[in-house]
Amino acid sequence: MKMKSAKIDENVFQVINTIAFTLILLVCLYPFYSILIISLSDAKLAAKYPVIFYPLGFTLKNYMEVIRLKGLYLAFAVSVARTVSGTAITLFFTSMLAYTLTKSELVGRKIFYRITVTSMYLNAGLIPWYLTMRNLHLKDNFLLYILPSAVSVFSMILIKTYIEQISPALEESALVDGAGYFTIFLRIVVPVSTPVLAAVTVFTAVGQWNTWMDNLLLVNNHNLTTLQLLLFNYLRQAEAIVSAAKSNGGNMLSTGYSISPFSIRMTVTMIVTLPILLVYPVVQKYFVSGIMLGAVKG
Amino acid sequence: MNHKHTDLNRVHHINWSHGKTVLLLMTIPSFLFVLVFSYVPIFGWAYAFFDYSIGMKLSQCDFRGLYFIKLALSDTYLLGVLKNTLALSFLGLLNLPLACIFAIFLSQMKGRIYKKFIQSAATLPFFISWVIVFSMAYSLFAIDNGLVNKVLLDLNVISSPIDPIANGGFAWIFQTSLALWKGVGYNAIIFFAAIAGIDTQLYDAADVDGAGRFKKMWHVTIPGIIPTFITLMLIGIGFMLSNGFDQYYVFMNPMVQEKIEVLDYYVYKVGLMQNDVTVGTALSMTKTIVSVLLLFSVNFLSKKARGQSIL
Repeated sequence: MKMKSAKIDENVFQVINTIAFTLILLVCLYPFYSILIISLSDAKLAAKYPVIFYPLGFTLKNYMEVIRLKGLYLAFAVSVARTVSGTAITLFFTSMLAYTLTKSELVGRKIFYRITVTSMYLNAGLIPWYLTMRNLHLKDNFLLYILPSAVSVFSMILIKTYIEQISPALEESALVDGAGYFTIFLRIVVPVSTPVLAAVTVFTAVGQWNTWMDNLLLVNNHNLTTLQLLLFNYLRQAEAIVSAAKSNGGNMLSTGYSISPFSIRMTVTMIVTLPILLVYPVVQKYFVSGIMLGAVKG
Repeated sequence: MNHKHTDLNRVHHINWSHGKTVLLLMTIPSFLFVLVFSYVPIFGWAYAFFDYSIGMKLSQCDFRGLYFIKLALSDTYLLGVLKNTLALSFLGLLNLPLACIFAIFLSQMKGRIYKKFIQSAATLPFFISWVIVFSMAYSLFAIDNGLVNKVLLDLNVISSPIDPIANGGFAWIFQTSLALWKGVGYNAIIFFAAIAGIDTQLYDAADVDGAGRFKKMWHVTIPGIIPTFITLMLIGIGFMLSNGFDQYYVFMNPMVQEKIEVLDYYVYKVGLMQNDVTVGTALSMTKTIVSVLLLFSVNFLSKKARGQSIL
């Protein structure tokens, strides 16, 4: 009898647990789905009726109109450029530092390490940072997007921890063959560290794609606006949409298919989110394993 | 035998002069990035002591000593800002126990594929920017176009639209809920790792003692992840003064300003929007110093109580 009731308890628990987490799943995913179906809905219908489960008046016209918005292509290109170049630079300098800090024969290793790690909590503050960037001529400069983040201390620690548990025999045999440290780093350490480097790549790329504060504070040049800031301007200022819509001769807000600011906002949101959604299923396992690596060690 | 000895000699020779230089040369560029972008700005603290405006050289400015610092700290408006900062940070700490519960209960779920899918989906919100979150909140909760309002009005549940985004009284709950939506899945990952690290023999022993599911959770799982939990909690407390600028800038509007203007935003407002660079610098400097003191205090407590440092 006890066995039977235990089994019923177990099943009840599983059912309730599964239902609860299914609800959580819906809460996590619905906002994404909502934006998607609104962006695929006819603008007039979406303004009048609630778009809940499926697009109303399915159409791709929102996207066709939005890509004609002044500045969208450029902002997209800027975001892609900073993501690709920023991630490459960060990967290179961060992993190289991680590697050299594992070498006890590095002169001043302890000092380098202490100073680097301390920067994680000792930061100058927003205003001094702003002033410094200005003095370094990084205002209105694309390099602002990729140089300050060239070394990520958090990622460095993650990589360093990983390198430290690579078998030393690998390096030793290369040293005996006469290889220098840089060669060893590029030819041996990097290929062997792919798991942690993949995690860092994901982390860094997502960070680059999502960053807009540097843009907001230090870049007034419209040619250097990132996609995130463009979306933000559309969301908070109706005028931004109106002026961008007056492109290629003809105000898209009043010709033929009339798109609304609301639909524009949702469609641009979808465009900004889509790269992450597409890439996520592929890379999330690297990300999770990277965090777990760091968590177990740190 | 002789041959081997020569090889090692050659290795040593490379190690000791050429190798060490290469190693140093490899370190310096990266280290320079750290110095230039994390430490050089600290010299900017000097601006807090002078009557400085942007574009002037420091040598041209009058030295004012603690004047601007006192000015910055004596503004009573700052008290309200601090209240918001601490309240929101404190509420943000809810992320941790919720992530714990999430991890514990999800790991109990049968069905590996579905479990993994839920974990992936729950981590997805972490990967989007606060601008996108604002867009979602806008599409769901906006007073004019928001989905929630449309549905509730249609169903006659409410007679006039609700406006969570511009509601001061609701602001703390709303912002915390958004932060939880965004962060719990991500924070849970660390706890998943901690749970995976618990010795399975402990569960077997509990089985032998006749422990049911919840007893096992209480006596095996939770003690197993408490060290991780406490470490993360202490770090969260150490960084209490920093809420992150993104979230609150995006959601800022006059109706909620009184409630969600946090220190990070206030420093931005004073230093950059109002162009009060000296006061802004004084605020930045003070915030960092207090933060560091807080972090070291928390670390000290941790050492005393648990014998473990968190730094």
